[in-house]
Amino acid sequence: MRLSVLRRSETVIALVLLAAMLLIGLINPAFWNLANLFSLARSNVVIGIMALGVLTVMISGGIDVSFPAFAVAAMYLTVRAMVAWDWQGVAGPFVMATAIGLALGLINAAFVYGLRMIPLIVTLGTGSLVRGFLLGVVGTSQVNIDRMPKSLIAFGSTELTSLSDPAGGHFALSAMLLIYLAMALLVHFLLTHTMLGRGIYALGSDGEAARRVGFDRRLTIFVVYALAGALAGFAGLLHGAMIWLANPRDFNGLELDVIAAVVLGGASIFGGRGSVLGTMLGVFMLVMVSNSLIIMHIATTWQRVVVGFIVIIATAATSWRDRRRIA
Amino acid sequence: MQFTMRRLFGADNNLLQLALLTLMIFALMTALAPDKFLRPYNLLSITYVAPELGLLSIAMMVTMLSGGIDLSVIGIANLSGILAGIFYHADAGARGPELTAMAPLSVLGGILIALATGVLGGAINGVLIARLRITPILATIGSGQIFTGAALVLTGGPAIVGYPDGWGFIGNGAVFGIAMPLLVFLLLAGFVALLLTRTAFGINLALIGTNPKAAVFAGLRLVRTVFFSYVLSGTLASVAGVILSGRTNAAKSDYGVSYLLQAVLIAVLGGSNPAGGRGSVAGIIMALLALMLLSSGMQLLRFSNFMVDLVWGAFLLASIALNALRTRVR
Amino acid sequence: MSEPLISLCEVSKSFGGVQALAGLSLTLRRGEIHCLAGENGSGKSTLIKIIAGIYRPDSGSVLIDGETITQLDPITAIAHGIQVIYQDFSLFPTLTVAENLALPSEIHAGRRLVRWRHVHQLARAALARLGIDIDLAANVETLSTAERQLVAIARALMSAPRLLVMDEPTTTLTGREVERLFAIVRDIQRQGIAVLFVSHKIREMFDISERITVIRNGCVVAAGAIGEFNEAALARAMTGQEITAEGYRWMPPPGAKPRLEIRGLTVPGELQGIDLRVMPGEIIGISGLLGSGRTELALALFGLRPTHQGEIRVDGRAAALRSVQQAVSAGITYVPEDRLTEGLFLTQTINRNLLAASFEALSRYFLIDFARARRASADMIAEMQITTPSGERPVMELSGGNQQRVVIGRWLMRDARVLILNGPTVGVDVGSKAGIHRRIRDLAESRGVAVLMISDDLPELVQNCNRILILHRGKIVEEVMAEATTEAILSEILKALS
Repeated sequence: MRLSVLRRSETVIALVLLAAMLLIGLINPAFWNLANLFSLARSNVVIGIMALGVLTVMISGGIDVSFPAFAVAAMYLTVRAMVAWDWQGVAGPFVMATAIGLALGLINAAFVYGLRMIPLIVTLGTGSLVRGFLLGVVGTSQVNIDRMPKSLIAFGSTELTSLSDPAGGHFALSAMLLIYLAMALLVHFLLTHTMLGRGIYALGSDGEAARRVGFDRRLTIFVVYALAGALAGFAGLLHGAMIWLANPRDFNGLELDVIAAVVLGGASIFGGRGSVLGTMLGVFMLVMVSNSLIIMHIATTWQRVVVGFIVIIATAATSWRDRRRIA
Repeated sequence: MQFTMRRLFGADNNLLQLALLTLMIFALMTALAPDKFLRPYNLLSITYVAPELGLLSIAMMVTMLSGGIDLSVIGIANLSGILAGIFYHADAGARGPELTAMAPLSVLGGILIALATGVLGGAINGVLIARLRITPILATIGSGQIFTGAALVLTGGPAIVGYPDGWGFIGNGAVFGIAMPLLVFLLLAGFVALLLTRTAFGINLALIGTNPKAAVFAGLRLVRTVFFSYVLSGTLASVAGVILSGRTNAAKSDYGVSYLLQAVLIAVLGGSNPAGGRGSVAGIIMALLALMLLSSGMQLLRFSNFMVDLVWGAFLLASIALNALRTRVR
Repeated sequence: MSEPLISLCEVSKSFGGVQALAGLSLTLRRGEIHCLAGENGSGKSTLIKIIAGIYRPDSGSVLIDGETITQLDPITAIAHGIQVIYQDFSLFPTLTVAENLALPSEIHAGRRLVRWRHVHQLARAALARLGIDIDLAANVETLSTAERQLVAIARALMSAPRLLVMDEPTTTLTGREVERLFAIVRDIQRQGIAVLFVSHKIREMFDISERITVIRNGCVVAAGAIGEFNEAALARAMTGQEITAEGYRWMPPPGAKPRLEIRGLTVPGELQGIDLRVMPGEIIGISGLLGSGRTELALALFGLRPTHQGEIRVDGRAAALRSVQQAVSAGITYVPEDRLTEGLFLTQTINRNLLAASFEALSRYFLIDFARARRASADMIAEMQITTPSGERPVMELSGGNQQRVVIGRWLMRDARVLILNGPTVGVDVGSKAGIHRRIRDLAESRGVAVLMISDDLPELVQNCNRILILHRGKIVEEVMAEATTEAILSEILKALS
């Protein structure tokens, strides 16, 4: 049934992931320490949430490189507002950050749908515009931990389970992981159980056919880019809450990593393919490889090279699949 | 009146429009900061700073002609400068007269290493895209990461500082009063223009970008032509890297990150069609001029660099909006 | 005699100066199988899109059940029971069969959430209605063309249509698949659904339709019950060509050596042991059903089947033909079937299109000799009689006939010794057709080019070739001299093969 489909991309990635984990564990069994695994899980959260947005855009046949800019803008503006108004909430600020991201995403949608422009160029433009605005108009000063709103810090430090290690320190599984999983479930539900979600796949699979069959192209494009922006905004503030800092220069160059993770997870840059599970696996793979270099006694300066190789191999493997469809 | 409006906004008159835009920007900047903007020093400094971006933009345009894109150009540029720097330091130490007053032959050695980096980097892209048929966006994102990563590994992070005087001359020198970078740029721009308009390679590249299937049936050699277009792009990027590190006397793995977006912007503004088939050196030069005047003027008006980014982003969006509306009007 | 279901009265439609339909009137009756016959470029697809509500006619009216519908849009058309199956099927390759079947009706029902069990139920029922068995969980991209078409038909039937429009449904089907399709079409008719069967294949029209309307250049040129026509009359109506008495008479020049010799050409799965000898100046016609290997023969000769086996000689010299460049150097040239997607660079100028294969040859020390290029291009425009104010105009402005001349002219510039044409006059208006035929005959006679003409247009073959080959399943099964045959005989042969 549907299992046969799963047998394709996601299982392959899961197997590769498992193999990679075993390999790293062999090189240094410290990899399997709970502290390390918890830390890995934590590192997945922000990138993973952003990746969910990028996945949705990619399934629809588009691409988005503006989300890091949207994320940092939402985070910085919200935190500055919180500091300026002495605002100590949690829900409210997250609504604000998400709204900022959503609004910016709508701009992307307007250009992609209304003017029918190539998503890559549009999002390059909006990303640059937003980042320039943030750093040029709002400011470049970082909000340090001593000035960060306590409510955010408290929220970001919420733990699921707390354990102590033999050396007397303590490590924990972050509760933010639950938020990530919740988001993933929501997006998964959207993609697989709503007509809107199937419309996203249809649009990416064959835009012309989607129009003829009656899918609302305008609604789909707006939802897709708005969602990507909203998720980016949310993830941005979450990031600030988790590292207890609001640095407007953050997330530079992140777009390449996230796109790499999404493609790794089986999404096609041509559209019509991809899944939440695959993306989560791809993100995990990427985060794990990046963070495990130290454990493998490899200098962190190799991180970029490794990521680059992973991207090339993943895209080489999938490009044969995807190009064959086009031809 | 309608007739002239049509001519003015016709797609063929993209160059004319750009020229008008450039003039308007020039006039605007002059009006806003007359004493500072028109000073020869200001205009002269543009001729030193613009060429590296111009070369990157031409590289971008060349790859866009075949319907692709090269997001690894800045990585190649940085890596080229770094490898040359490492060579110089290995040959003559990290500082001191042995380095600065290096013999011309050794300086040439470094230049060749930089160029070879560009050729090799472009060749890697060419194999990935033309032979393995990986989609250009993803292939060059990946290769760009590898080049930047290699640069990072080689330097360990910090910049490589200190280059021979000969190298610095390329970035800061002048010949008969004309900035050396500008000379290099004009030479290469002229060469590429010749290549694209007067050789079979150039015209075939545009045809391939217009309709790859028809290109196969017309007997064109797709793999070879696309491969060489990426080699060309990589080489131009490496020259940009030479000029950049020559100008700043340093090379780092993350220099010029904003150049990537700007190169795409200039290519698109200059009339390139990212889907392939269209692009010209003249358009690039005009767009480069317009944007350099704009950013120079803005800096003089005490705008921060970030504001410049903002305006460039807005410009990109505005120009594609105009393009879209223009084709609608037709 | 059943009632009219949909009628078009004096409908006209033009696109930017090109008149697609001119005062066309047509009536489809309930429950009938009606064939819309016309060549490519006759206005068929515009007509379909007007019926489907995608285009609005510039003038004239559309009536459904006798009532004039002023604003026919796709949703209204579907509401009236009109379903169109386009040539590309409008399926989603990366979605499953079940989704492709069920989603459109779910959208139509205004559903927001997907009920997967319901989707599967709907899909299974749809396939059962046609009596076909396809894996519901398979992605459509893994299906064969025939299977995809069945899915498309099954989907169309789900909305209980009253009219099913099928656009060139048999283009990519083998003989057996065509039979299965026709059985399904008759079955559909038995359920009271009218079928508008759009085609340019004359044999099939006689097999399946009850009434037929022939359109040409945007107007109706003939209409009536199928029994009132014979094949020749239909062909003439579709192409507007009068059969001239004199065919292509060719005499082998004294002592001439064969221009093209093919011995044992084999491509596994496509061609089996083709033997052929063509003298300079001969025009060989090639026809056959789909899958017969005729296009594959052309592709193999043009270097696009590098793994082929067998021996090929041009002017006595063995040719390797492992790449297009090698084929062209040997003097073999090919004008593809679909000039718009395979032949032309639409946004480029006429000159560039003409010179597309010659830029390297015109280069001296890497630089193109533009003076020579300009002259060659101007000469070719004159020789091929391409009507255009200037060679610098974009080629997409040209008419179909002129565009075809550009693609042919491109190869003449390379001093072609063997010219392979695939459907040389498809979608070309009548006047141009005759001109192109004359040009081809001239080339053969005066330049001694060996011409291979692949075509479905039997009159075209009979008139312009001196020898005609019929391919079937990768082999040459029949060879006739043009003067000893007629279209009727040829079509009988083809019919017997399916």
